Order: sequence, then C-alpha cells, then structure tokens
Amino acid sequence: MTVLTVAEHRRGELRDVSLELLTAGRELADATGGELHTAVVGGDVEAFAERLDREGVDAIHTVDEGEEFNHDVYTQVVHQLADAVDADLLVVPNSVNGLDYAPAVASRLDWPLVTDVVDLSYDDELTATRELYGSKVETTIDVHADRAAVTVRPAEWPAAEGTGDATVDAFDADVDESAVRSTVTGFEEVGGGEVDITDADVLVSVGRGIEEEENLNLIFDLAEALDATVSASRPLIDNGWLAKDRQVGQSGKVVTPDVYIAIGISGAVQHVAGMKGSDTIVAINTDPNAPIFDIADYGIQDDLFEVVPALIEEFQ
Amino acid sequence: MKILVTVKEVADVDDEFEIDGLGIDDRYVTYDLNEWDDYAVEAAVQIQEAGEDVEVVAVTIGDTDTEDTIRQALAKGADRAVRVWDDALAAAGLLDPETKARLIAAVAAEEDPDLVLTGVQSADDGFGATGVTLAEHLGFEWAAVVNDLDLDREAGVAHVHRELEGGVEELTDVELPAVLTIQTGINEPRYASLRGIRQAQSKELAEYTLADLGLTAADIESPLEQTDLYEPESEGDATVFEGSAEETASELAGLLREKGVGS
Repeated sequence: MTVLTVAEHRRGELRDVSLELLTAGRELADATGGELHTAVVGGDVEAFAERLDREGVDAIHTVDEGEEFNHDVYTQVVHQLADAVDADLLVVPNSVNGLDYAPAVASRLDWPLVTDVVDLSYDDELTATRELYGSKVETTIDVHADRAAVTVRPAEWPAAEGTGDATVDAFDADVDESAVRSTVTGFEEVGGGEVDITDADVLVSVGRGIEEEENLNLIFDLAEALDATVSASRPLIDNGWLAKDRQVGQSGKVVTPDVYIAIGISGAVQHVAGMKGSDTIVAINTDPNAPIFDIADYGIQDDLFEVVPALIEEFQ
Repeated sequence: MKILVTVKEVADVDDEFEIDGLGIDDRYVTYDLNEWDDYAVEAAVQIQEAGEDVEVVAVTIGDTDTEDTIRQALAKGADRAVRVWDDALAAAGLLDPETKARLIAAVAAEEDPDLVLTGVQSADDGFGATGVTLAEHLGFEWAAVVNDLDLDREAGVAHVHRELEGGVEELTDVELPAVLTIQTGINEPRYASLRGIRQAQSKELAEYTLADLGLTAADIESPLEQTDLYEPESEGDATVFEGSAEETASELAGLLREKGVGS
C-alpha cells in the first residue's frame, strides 16, 4: 500500500516527529510491498525536503503554501494530496497541530482515524495499538477498512536515518481561500519567569499526589535541604498552585538535570516527554503500577507524606 | 447566542485493578465528569455570565447511569441538557470520534448553536479527535487545544490561544460558528453551589434515541474494532528501595549524597 506521512514544522524548524513518521511509515510500506511518500506543507519546503530525504523514502511532495501551520490550508492540501498519490494510509503526528487537522482530513476522505498510536502492524488489515486510562492499559484496534488515517505518538519510533534518493516534486494544491476561516496572528512564549528549571542540576518535582496546596511547603523544604529547584507536573499549574515556569512536560519545559526526583507524579506520557533525558530519575509514589516507575532508575513505593519528611530529616 | 458544550462521564481506574474482557472490572472503576469537559463547561458559563441572552446547552452520549454526572454541568450553570442513548449504542462496539461526532452533529442540527465547546480529550480513551471531527460534520470552523478564549460576538470571531508543545502558544482568530476544544487550565472550574445542585434537579434533561435524531443503527457502525486489552509489560528496571519510610529515605539519602546532592 501507499503510505503518506505529513511532516510538521514550526517557526522554521522541522520537528523531530517528522522523521519518526518516516520509520513508522516505511515499516508499513515494507509489510505490504508499497511506497512511502511524505509531504511538507508551508515554510521553506525545499530545505525541509532535503532533511526528509532519508533512507526508504520514495517520494517527497512539497507544497509551497504559507509560512506556518494553518489547519484550513493543511486540511485541503493533505486531502487533495492523499487523493493525488492514491494513498492507502495517512500518517500524521499526534501533536497539537496534528490533532488540529487529521480528524478533518479523515472525515473528508471518509477514512477511519485512530489517534495517539504507539504501535502499528499490518497483516491483511491494519492493527493499531494505543493506551487507555492514562497508560494503565493498552488496547489493540483492528481497522476493517481499505484505507485509514492514524496519528502517531512522538518518540515511539526512532527517527529515520541515512540519505535517500526520493523524488521531490512540487504539488500544486488548489486552496480555496474562502474556506480559510481562521488566521494565525502570532506566537507567544509562555512561562518566562524568575525560575529557570532547565538550568537546575537537581529538580524536586511534584505532582497531583501532593493533594493540597498547603502541602507544597513540604516539597519546598526538601528542595531547600537538597539545594534543589522545585518543578511540577501539569495539574499543579492548572490549579494555579505553581507558576507556569515550573512546569515540566510536553506543553511546559524539557529538563535534563543530573537528578530528577518525581514526587507524587504518576508519569503520564506528556510529563515523561519533558524529563526522560534526566541522568538519574528517582520516583516516590504510592502506586507501584504508576508509569513513572517504568522510566525511574530508583523508586520508593510508599506514601510521600512519610518518605519526604524522613528524607528532609536525613539532610538536616 | 447559543453554546453547545459536550460532556462525558469517564471511568477512573483504581491503582490496582483487574481486566474483564475488553474492559476494566467495574469494581475498580469510579465515574466522574471528564476533567477537560469541566473546563469547557466553565468557559461556556463564563460567556453566559458576561453577555446578554446566552443559552448554554450540555450534550452527552450515555446511558441513564450517566445522568448524575451530566447534572453536574447543569448545577454549574448550563441551562439544560440533552442525553443521547439507544439500545443500539449499548450493543455497539467502539464509540470512536467519527461515531460520536455523527451523534452530536445530529443534536447540533436541532439546536443550531453559534459555538460548540468540547474538552480537548477524554481521560479514559483519549482520542482527542471528536471536536475537530464534529466541526467538519457541521461545516463549522474550529480550533484544537484552546487555553485562552476571548469571544467578540459582534465581529463573530473568537480570539484564541492554542497551546502548542514546548511552552509556545499560537494566537489565532477563528470565525464563528466554531467548535473549540478546551484545554485544562484555561479557567478555574467552579464547584457547584448547593443552590445550583438543587436547581439542576428541575432543569430540563431531554433524551434522544437514534430514531429521534433521524439516525439508524447503520450510522453508528464503526470500522474500528477493539480486539484486545491488557496491562503493558513494565519496561522499568528501577531499583526499588524496600522497608519503612525511614529505611527507604535513608537509602535514598545515601544515593543522593553519592551523586553529590545536598553537599
């Protein structure tokens, strides 16, 4: 079958997931003896095409429409391109932007869509694996259709490597401007504040398990005892308990400290994306099945309200 | 103006649980309003409170057991609610975004809203695609993962921020009518007041079957079939410290000192 992946870029940078899609797409093309096509829409498409020309890519389609992502443009272009190359499978990043156009394209093509896929296989038909209930379980979904669209979770497949010999062509999309009813007016960096968690050698990071805002004192006491900086997972920022500049994760900061101590953090994939590069990861959590223990180097499976005071005591 | 806000009762699974077929054994599950939808309801109610003549209608897909959860939306300020359910839905397999969008689009065709607010995703299956699929069905404009919303009713435009990865927000103007998928943190969802909870009991909660919406069982057939459910193998090779809190804290302290922490 013909696999079509769509690259993602923002503010001049090709995002890593674009190369990961090529690996996922090549595997499926191989399983069916088909071709791998990839598309890049908007921005410096020639430069992006050069970077996308990795081993195993058969064709690259550049679409010179706009500088930045606009879902109305992407929806139209990707829809037309899927038709033009007679694609059987559309592979898009499971990113904020991917989820802003893939459902519309799938719906327009009348193809089923499976999102946030962590594994894909093909044996007469497509089978997608995804997680449920905050990564507590995995499920497999058989796709009973000849054609389908998937969005692929970042960092699940390795980036495609090597240099390819793909054909590169400029696809002349027919964008109906009257159907472009949203306008991107700019970007804003958020979370600029007094604390720079990306610069810390030791992070004491706190999550939902802290239960109450008042209990944060305990975490700040530990950070002081360890000469560390306090960071947090998303729920504490959503609650307004800590400022956005302390947020670790997909929508916050990516940190790589020497030591990362995760306290009362379950380890949702969005959080892990922001801290998995830490040298040493320590997790303190009551739930022995919490996904944080999958990436931790050291763990304590116990009540943080017992362990943290004892740990502070050790350093006084 | 009318705002349709989609809400879902979601399953929260205990730390320790057992799998029963293709689901979680009900003994280990508690049900509640989806966290993202709570923010969507709050966003709708805030628009209602700030403007004249705004009606907020909550819509859900779920059996009678989900009514308590839907009444939470009414208790927080939604004017009335619509619940879609049918024996055919109980018998159906996977309710994927396309199927859900089809059902909600049929409700929207009746209600004719100016704005639809959904949560970004549901906490249980986390497809994160129903809102945008719905927009496509309705021919509405849309924006996914909105964490700031400023509605200009006169101009018919929603000025939104979309929360991208890595601490970057995209500023976008979206023409109405539109579907916006609402991200957590956009506001502070209120707790329902006692008065709100009392009032919710007398607010209208309409029930629609497929036939009421002009749909048939064929409209909810999905090509997606869930075939397996299992606990993933732990990938971890963490050294777990055992013992009392004092003992584990002491071992951890030793490790941290080795790494040069706190010295």
